Amino acid sequence: MTPLLEVSGVSHSYHTMEGETKALSHITFSIFNGEFVAVVGPSGCGKTTLLTLLDGLAAPEAGTILVNGRPVSEARQHIGYMFQRDRLLEWRTILANVSLGLEIQKRMTSQAREELISMLDAYGLGEFAGSRPSELSGGMRQRAALIRTLALKPDLLLLDEPFSALDYQTRLTVCDDISSIIRKNGKTAVLVTHDLSEAISAADRILVLSSRPGTIKAEIPLDFSGETSPIRRRNMPEFSAYFNLVWKELKI
Amino acid sequence: MKQFFQKHFLPPEDARDRERWSPAQRAYLERELLHRRQVTILRAMIFILFLALWELGAATGAVDDFIFSSPSRIVRCFLSMTESGAIFFHTGVTLYETLLSFFLTIFFSLLLSILLWSSPMVSRILEPYLVMLNSLPKSAMAPLLIVWLGANLKTIVVAAVSVAVFGSVMTLYTSFSQTDQELIKLIRSFGGGKREILLKILLPASVPVIISSMKVSLGLCLVGVIIGEFLAADSGLGYLIIYGQQTFAMDEVVMSIVILCLISALFYKGISLLEQRANLSRSRG
Repeated sequence: MTPLLEVSGVSHSYHTMEGETKALSHITFSIFNGEFVAVVGPSGCGKTTLLTLLDGLAAPEAGTILVNGRPVSEARQHIGYMFQRDRLLEWRTILANVSLGLEIQKRMTSQAREELISMLDAYGLGEFAGSRPSELSGGMRQRAALIRTLALKPDLLLLDEPFSALDYQTRLTVCDDISSIIRKNGKTAVLVTHDLSEAISAADRILVLSSRPGTIKAEIPLDFSGETSPIRRRNMPEFSAYFNLVWKELKI
Repeated sequence: MKQFFQKHFLPPEDARDRERWSPAQRAYLERELLHRRQVTILRAMIFILFLALWELGAATGAVDDFIFSSPSRIVRCFLSMTESGAIFFHTGVTLYETLLSFFLTIFFSLLLSILLWSSPMVSRILEPYLVMLNSLPKSAMAPLLIVWLGANLKTIVVAAVSVAVFGSVMTLYTSFSQTDQELIKLIRSFGGGKREILLKILLPASVPVIISSMKVSLGLCLVGVIIGEFLAADSGLGYLIIYGQQTFAMDEVVMSIVILCLISALFYKGISLLEQRANLSRSRG
């Protein structure tokens, strides 16, 4: 079985007149269909750089990234990207915001519109279709951002600390919502975060990155005997054991 | 007039059913309304006092009304020029030239700023030239323009556009290049290119900046048109001012300035209305 995402020997640096900053060095890993993988690491370890490369928005200086066996630059339409902040456009309604991707790819049909409306309904935003983003709470905005990404029916979802701009309580519920949406739809996801408990509560597998330049320090499969809800996972005895394990990996 | 009255002398709509407010809120509202009324009344009084002193000074001979004119002389001059229709003609010419240069300025500044944004190489190369052209006093160019283009409408419009366009280009370009990089990344992650970034992000996000730069441009266009008319016209308020000065008809000069004041106020109001409408359509949908 070919992995959905295959990253091998990827290195990347940033260049300025003052010098070169190595962001990532020799990153190799694979992700299979339906997996939820979290990438954790200290801040500034190149997590966002990794996602930018996985999304094909920049080409790595060395190494290859394959999606379904093809170079990522040819597979762009199979990848969805979710940002740290929701990035909803204030001059558009929620419905117009979630249609942005389809509009740009010229796939906005009346059928697609119906689908978007039923998605908004399913995720509790139905009555806000005509509202402005500023009228929604942080959690609702992040859900709208997820719908905007899912509307393009991506095979692979890249989540760039999607909950970090929310307050703690909202963060727990939104994390629960969004991971259940992702799992229900059978999507493959890469979640980048600096929050260990978030990573452990949501993912099937954790990749630990070292500080700059980022290298993969450890790969930790998580086994919660089938439990996928982040909130319920947090109360399981395995949770703190995994937390200590990942914490130790990060500190070394 | 009715709107003016409502704005200054009536409490805001919510405040009308006073039963809902607490005594402290009512006291606050009353204080605030009193304050607003005071400001309006004092504004009007300064204006009336100024006119009265001017007129009185002219009547008693304390102010030489041959040089300084007087409110009544201005009104008489205005009335005689409305009879001949001359004043409407000159005002119309200035308005036409100003609006024409204003629309040309908007067009060229949008075009140039989009060009600069779409090619970082071009903008880096042109930056020092733009800075220089922006700070160059354009009135110094006017005599040259007359020689090149002749003493006509073309010179006036080119002078006005050149006064306004460079600042506007720099403002818009700065706004474009300061647009949130993540929004651009968002469009790119959807597979959009420069065109989509421009249409979906840059232009809608820059509407407030575009309007505020319009405000500045319209004022500068008026400045440019008057400079142009000083030097190269046989009509318009700028021409009237120069002609009046040369024939020592100071009433005409001062009256033209009064009309220019009114025109600027009118322009300002027009753009403010546009701004309100833009804000409204943003917050509604």
